[in-house]
Amino acid sequence: MELAPERAARKPEALASGVPQRLGDRVFSGVAKGAGIGILVVLAGVAIFLLIEAWPAITAPAERIPGGEGLVDYIAPLAFGTVLAAVLAAIIAVPFAVAIALFVSHYAPRRIAAGLGYVIDLLAAVPSVVYGLWGVSVLAPASRDINAWLADHVGFLPFFEGPASVTGRTMLVAGLVLAVMILPIITAIAREVFAQTPRAHEEAALALGATRWEMVRMAVLPFGRSAVISGSMLGLGRALGETMAVTIILSVSGIVTFNLISSSNPSTIAANIALDFPESSGIAINALIASGLVLFAITLAVNMAARAVINRREKKEGR
Amino acid sequence: MSASSWTWEDHRVLPTWAPWAAGGAGVAAGLLALLAGVALVVAVLVGAAATVVALIPWSLAVEGSRRARDRMVTLTVTGAFALAVAPLISLLYTVVSRGIDRFDGALFSESMRGVVGEGGGVQHAIVGTLVITGLATLASVPIGVMTAIYLHEYGRGGRLAKAISFFVDVMTGIPSIVAGLFAYALFALIFGPGVRLGVMGAVALSLLMIPIVVRSTEEMLRVVPHHLREAAYGLGVPKWLTIVKVVLPTAFAGIVTGVMLAIARVVGETAPLLITTGAVTSVNANPFGGRMENLAVFAYNQYSNPGVPRDPYIARAWAAALTLLLIVMVLNLVARLVSARFGVRQR
Repeated sequence: MELAPERAARKPEALASGVPQRLGDRVFSGVAKGAGIGILVVLAGVAIFLLIEAWPAITAPAERIPGGEGLVDYIAPLAFGTVLAAVLAAIIAVPFAVAIALFVSHYAPRRIAAGLGYVIDLLAAVPSVVYGLWGVSVLAPASRDINAWLADHVGFLPFFEGPASVTGRTMLVAGLVLAVMILPIITAIAREVFAQTPRAHEEAALALGATRWEMVRMAVLPFGRSAVISGSMLGLGRALGETMAVTIILSVSGIVTFNLISSSNPSTIAANIALDFPESSGIAINALIASGLVLFAITLAVNMAARAVINRREKKEGR
Repeated sequence: MSASSWTWEDHRVLPTWAPWAAGGAGVAAGLLALLAGVALVVAVLVGAAATVVALIPWSLAVEGSRRARDRMVTLTVTGAFALAVAPLISLLYTVVSRGIDRFDGALFSESMRGVVGEGGGVQHAIVGTLVITGLATLASVPIGVMTAIYLHEYGRGGRLAKAISFFVDVMTGIPSIVAGLFAYALFALIFGPGVRLGVMGAVALSLLMIPIVVRSTEEMLRVVPHHLREAAYGLGVPKWLTIVKVVLPTAFAGIVTGVMLAIARVVGETAPLLITTGAVTSVNANPFGGRMENLAVFAYNQYSNPGVPRDPYIARAWAAALTLLLIVMVLNLVARLVSARFGVRQR
């Protein structure tokens, strides 16, 4: 069913080439092509303009950069915080996303499955500033007791070293909110591919006497593995660049630490830009744009890797 | 299972009501715990544990380990779904209960001009939202739709089309703040550093919208039946007229849905506007005439820079968040309805 329209598509192409090329055709196809090329130009423009505006900070002497230690020392702790928050979010979100995708595609009753999937999609519709407000006024206060418990009982782990934050505005809460935000992205991709598992594989497993879980483990999960990987990377990319939730929730102090529950946390690149940009001027702006360029490079690398995984899978299926 | 050891014992299964009974036991245990005065989170955990304890050993005793494991997984994935819905419910409840205070007539009929403390509204932020998002839509829809037409109708399989397709996908992953920085960098080169204009925000937002429009339009062009195109070609209609008069009208509802979802995605953007359009207190409808503010930035500013007393500012932030959430939900709902009602009939 997936393949039918694709295959049919080639025929009219051949027919269309027999139609004489008219002026309207040339203009219209030229405009369409121009729009497509325009997108490539814009994307290149993003990199070029950021580089131009970041250049003064890259060439400036170290003592003129905010912090006085040079651009690398300025961006490195931020990049660390960015990766820490995003990886934390992905670690929390991926198992949930796989479970939810399985629930919607294979466990929930057929009639309500689509509706349940829509409920998860709604999570993606909520604006990030609303997530931030919710996180700081509901989740953060609620996490105080848990933080204290973690510090008391598993404080020997570097992640829960403490002292526990009294406001709850910790890396752990920021990671949790980011996890909720990227959950629908990962779920949507995993769900779609889980549902495409060849019917014959599933029925063969069931006919051999497998329970539903054994069928899922033998047929569905192997089929959907690359989708889970690429979906997780897309989610990671989203978490890396997410700004407002972190800006509002995290109480930052610019240090580098794995401690997830204290009140002094590393900031992230995006949150740092949102906090400092409106009040900055001169070389500080250029330094912030340079940090944005680093964020752009990181997310670009993660996204391109994710897309490469997806494309390889599609090629393998001959789509 | 060899034939000699097979007995009816192997086929004993729990009655179909067993999971429901276990779930009921779990709910009862959770309610009891709640009555005993523990926190909601703990009560939910107690309920979940009770469900597992009620079902799994029973299944293990009657059905054996394979089916018990199967039931455990079913409980896990169901629980994961329930747990994921919890933040959505909590969030909706929080926004509605805290935002309803200031969700009044004054909110929509007044701006923040000269307002200190109580009162004031979001009129300027609504105007800002409409102008910025509207401009972004005007810019991204033609570019997005034409690109999708190129990708699906003209460039199929070519190297340029593949490159564009790949980078459109990559573009969906651009962090919104980077889009904002791009708009700033672009305009700073023209107008000098420190520039803040509504149109800059529109540029940033269209960067985020274009890939969404391209993807959804392409998806819709794909489901337009090919016999429609063939019929048009057969009548000697040129290809471009076929696209304009046959393909686009057929896919129209789907394209509208995609555009609405794209609008819903960017209407609540804060970060890129924070650094491009700045903040403002009075109504400004001119995208080239200085600072503007949208609802999301308004909510953020009210929350992060409250005056004294703090409460009216926080209340306004929540009211703005509620307004924003309503806009986004309505856009999503209408988009689904449009695609369900007028979408291309697929067999």
